[in-house]
Amino acid sequence: MDKAENNIVISIKDLKKSFGDMQVLNGITLQLHEEENLVILGKSGSGKSVLIKCIVNLLNHDEGSIKVGNYELTNISEEDLIEVRNRTGFLFQSAALYDSMTVRENLSFALSRLDKSFSKEEINNKIVEVLDNVGLPDAIDKMPSELSGGMKKRIGLARTLIVNPKIILYDEPTTGLDPITSNEISELINETKNKFKNSSIIITHDINCVKKVADRIAMIKDGKIYKEGNLEAFVTNDDPYIQSFFK
Amino acid sequence: MTRQVHCAIGTKGCIINSSNLVICRTLQACIFISLFKSVIIMRKNTIQPNDASLNSPSFISFVKEKSIQFFIDVANVIAYLGLIFRNLFTKKFEFEEFLKQCYQIGNKSVGLISITGLIVGLVLTIQSRPPLAEFGAVAMLPGMVAISIIREMGPVITALICAGKIGSSMGAELGSMRVTEQIDAMEVSNTNPINFLIIPRVLAATIMIPILTLYADAIGIFGSWLGINIKDDLSLSLFITQAFNSVGFIDIIPAVIKSFFFGAVIGLVGCYKGYNAGRGTESVGIAANSAVVTASLLLIIVDLIAVQITDLL
Repeated sequence: MDKAENNIVISIKDLKKSFGDMQVLNGITLQLHEEENLVILGKSGSGKSVLIKCIVNLLNHDEGSIKVGNYELTNISEEDLIEVRNRTGFLFQSAALYDSMTVRENLSFALSRLDKSFSKEEINNKIVEVLDNVGLPDAIDKMPSELSGGMKKRIGLARTLIVNPKIILYDEPTTGLDPITSNEISELINETKNKFKNSSIIITHDINCVKKVADRIAMIKDGKIYKEGNLEAFVTNDDPYIQSFFK
Repeated sequence: MTRQVHCAIGTKGCIINSSNLVICRTLQACIFISLFKSVIIMRKNTIQPNDASLNSPSFISFVKEKSIQFFIDVANVIAYLGLIFRNLFTKKFEFEEFLKQCYQIGNKSVGLISITGLIVGLVLTIQSRPPLAEFGAVAMLPGMVAISIIREMGPVITALICAGKIGSSMGAELGSMRVTEQIDAMEVSNTNPINFLIIPRVLAATIMIPILTLYADAIGIFGSWLGINIKDDLSLSLFITQAFNSVGFIDIIPAVIKSFFFGAVIGLVGCYKGYNAGRGTESVGIAANSAVVTASLLLIIVDLIAVQITDLL
């Protein structure tokens, strides 16, 4: 087994998923490596979000295989799924903060769901540390309704980071944000990778974000991987479909 | 021995002896079972959008479509109940969330229940007084009003108000959690949404509605005393003695038992509608509205069944 195969953290083979008669994923094969930011590009409705939801088993795939670490997701047991989800963080497009809880409660809720038990002081220290990491130490006792879109995304990321995941799945992290905040979020994704040494799959339409964060890009078209490569391979490609994203 | 009963499948007011009564009840049970079976079949055969009769704009097809949808909903809620029971006994119980929901349900509804209970007691007394006075039976007023409130008005009015207030709030809250991906976020952080969101709410509603019902009964009876004192002069202690001389455990126990079922219906339907809301923002409104309509209709049906069972006692 060579080194490249050893450092694969997610391996997807011939993945198929349909909703009724609509085939959304039609044989996706893809790998995510250690400490890599993999950006998935594709037009709206091409199945990017479906793909990452299949990775955390929010949606069950129809055919093919998804391996997260050593765990195969097809017919996975409940105990193994807990393990997979413990090592995988998910930043939702809408941040998905629990709006009946304060920022502190949102973060401590994520911690309380782990198998480990923490003292009150440990929980508090972790919350303060993670809020510092995302640059929002003052938001600790605010309600989600008091936060702006960019702040919500940051707190969403803080909630993901507090459980120290090895893999983070970002679902359109910069959508709906102004260019300055988008830029800040992109930098935060890079900082997170450098600091915590985790691997990420980032779904985005924002080409500035792609240019900032991508170590590798995979483009989805018609439910399949249309092209895979680094940023340069995409920017210099003459294919009109690829160029329509990078113009 | 013969007994006059108003049987749902017999002629109103027909004379039916004890053995016929058993046959009558058995037939009713058979009808309920076949209705339940047809609902299960309907649930399996979901509505086909190409069905011309359903697309037809006529009033009959509209009613048909709505009725089928209602029974499919009922069948889904029953299947959902199975899932809740399985998780209740096999997974961690969220006690803190359960207490929080009990407080929310009780606290949210107590004001409205107080006002409604008081007015129902007052109105019932004021309306019932003239006919009783005509027969010189005003002394029976406290007992009569107490029995009506305890057996029927208290449980049903409380349940209908809670269906509007709690059922819609559950539908809207869970619906908006679904739309904003909060339920998905919960699942990803290894929290079973059925255990964290649904079971505490359903159990809290099941336990709090009977408590609210007893409270509404007390307020309603107090309202009745106020109503009597508009025209007469009756002390509270004498009123209570007269009222409770006519009330027996047979009046209270079935009413309390049925209000547990009312609570379960409100919790189940509210949670089911919210949890299964669609992905768009309009789904939140649809879920809240549908929770109230379905729960109210089911409450009336459960009440009808409860009255039939109580009638046997």
